[in-house]
Amino acid sequence: MTTTLDPELKRLQVPATSSQPTNGRRRPAQAAADRPALLVQHVTKRFVVGRHRKPVQAIRDVSLRLEQGEIYGILGANGSGKSTLIRLVSGLLTLDEGRVEVFGLDLARQELAVKRLINRVSVDAAFFKKLSPAENLAFAARLYGLDPRAAAREAVAILARLGIAERRLGRPVEQMSRGMQQKVAIARALLTSPTLLLLDEPTTGLDPRSKLEVQAFVEEVRATHDTTIVLTTHDLAEADRLCARIGILDGGRLVAEATPAELKERVARERGLPPTLESVFMTYTGRSLDDDEETAEEEGD
Amino acid sequence: MTAAVREMRASYAFVERNFNLTKRYFGWELAFLVYNVAGALAISLIGKQFGNNRLLLSLMIGAVFWNYLSIIFSFIAETIAWERWEGTLEYTMMAPVRRATQLLGSTLYAVLYGLVHTTVVLAVLVLFFGLDMSRANLATGAVFMVVGSLSFIGIGMMAAILPLMYVERGAQMTFVLQSLLLLVSGVYYSVDILPGWMQVLSHISPATYVLDGVRRGLVDGLPVTSLFGDIWPLLVMAVVLIPLGVWAFGRAERYAKRTGKLKRVG
Ligand SMILES: Nc1ncnc2c1ncn2[C@@H]1O[C@H](COP(=O)(O)OP(=O)(O)O)[C@@H](O)[C@H]1O
Ligand SMILES: [Mg+2]
Repeated sequence: MTTTLDPELKRLQVPATSSQPTNGRRRPAQAAADRPALLVQHVTKRFVVGRHRKPVQAIRDVSLRLEQGEIYGILGANGSGKSTLIRLVSGLLTLDEGRVEVFGLDLARQELAVKRLINRVSVDAAFFKKLSPAENLAFAARLYGLDPRAAAREAVAILARLGIAERRLGRPVEQMSRGMQQKVAIARALLTSPTLLLLDEPTTGLDPRSKLEVQAFVEEVRATHDTTIVLTTHDLAEADRLCARIGILDGGRLVAEATPAELKERVARERGLPPTLESVFMTYTGRSLDDDEETAEEEGD
Repeated sequence: MTAAVREMRASYAFVERNFNLTKRYFGWELAFLVYNVAGALAISLIGKQFGNNRLLLSLMIGAVFWNYLSIIFSFIAETIAWERWEGTLEYTMMAPVRRATQLLGSTLYAVLYGLVHTTVVLAVLVLFFGLDMSRANLATGAVFMVVGSLSFIGIGMMAAILPLMYVERGAQMTFVLQSLLLLVSGVYYSVDILPGWMQVLSHISPATYVLDGVRRGLVDGLPVTSLFGDIWPLLVMAVVLIPLGVWAFGRAERYAKRTGKLKRVG
């Protein structure tokens, strides 16, 4: 099997960015130094929509390797396969081909063990809207085998850090703004101390201030918890700020992968473009972000 | 913590969550209670019109206990459709719990909810008609409710597959199944009046045995020990249907994850 990566860009190793104390949180015994936090090998996923139509190739032969403590960004136009890749790693979709390992555990064969190590925040905060954040978080705590009272105390601390007062936690989620809901969703994910955190467009649709708060928080989590994070985003500044490495998906293929600085340097050197992530995005996806937003509106269903 | 304890605790997550939802939707719960009392009353009044106390009691039992079985069935059958509507389906499916644990939790709550709801409806009807229940064997009624729920849990799990596999119309398909069970199970009439082929179906519906057992207990005052003929088919069905339900649900989950039916957007 061939990958579509340029050989020189292939697997640029970025040293794990943080090795600070983990605040006594549990770390998987399997997190041996030589095991990547996430290993995706030659993964392919097709969808058949409608009875006689050709299958959609959502992910084509993608391989990734993430070291512990790294924030890895996935950029790509709408429909390029970002969410599908996240769902494949979450076990919400089965692989057509290839394999996924989390800290050396095989997703297909050790599903429950892998599920204990990961959590995901999607673009729409998935809550029971009539229940309060406290009740939603208690449900999450019990599902993940945590003591609900200890979890509640921790949730209060996490949310305070995100600017949400304790008294807000008793009212139905539906009364909160989307920004607040997204923060509660992130707090819920952190509650389970995931060693691999999957963030699928966590800041899309947030107001600029909430966006900055969420970004600062993601940085803090990486620094203090040694969590490995996969982040998909449409916000290039966000990717630049947070990600140690960036992979670009186009039509389900990983077409580029490197540190933001290297990607920028590369388009400047090879194409004479300004050294920005906008140029990088244009170069590898063949369109600008504005084009992408227009197609999204046309597709809008 | 052993695996079994962890799974038990995780299944309590679903009980607690559903209880919280009932509290939040309390106004709606009251409305649902009124709806069920009114429905059961309307049917029982047919017996009153004919001045036939036995008919009244028989119709009342049909209405109230069919109601109970429907609650169990629909609670379980709709868990998937409901979570999809709330948008939490993927979150719940990602959690490190076995599917049997999740189904057990939803089921436990459905049974508790159904028992409370049905007791209230029954009490209101008994008071309304001023019925003398001194001859009734309440223990028999209770045993049939509990044993009967087991097979309905199995059927409910299999029905829950439909919304998993058919994103748009799956929930409606469970209603069809429910109304077919109503038709063949002798809820308001004796199954003897059905055409032969329907009578065959009535034998494989657990509701037939539940209603027969409850009527003999509450109307004729018979103890459970003399109703073994209604109990053993229910036990057999429970032993077959529950594992079958868990298995089929697992298959449907794999299908949904292969074809992308859990969720598409986002
Ligand atoms: N559950 C699904 N069923 C059918 N097609 C899907 C499903 N999920 C994604 N797709 C298709 O796969 C492609 C990639 O989608 P997605 O991963 O959602 O992209 P992105 O998150 O980058 O916008 C799109 O063509 C989309 O229509
Ligand atoms: Mg997406």
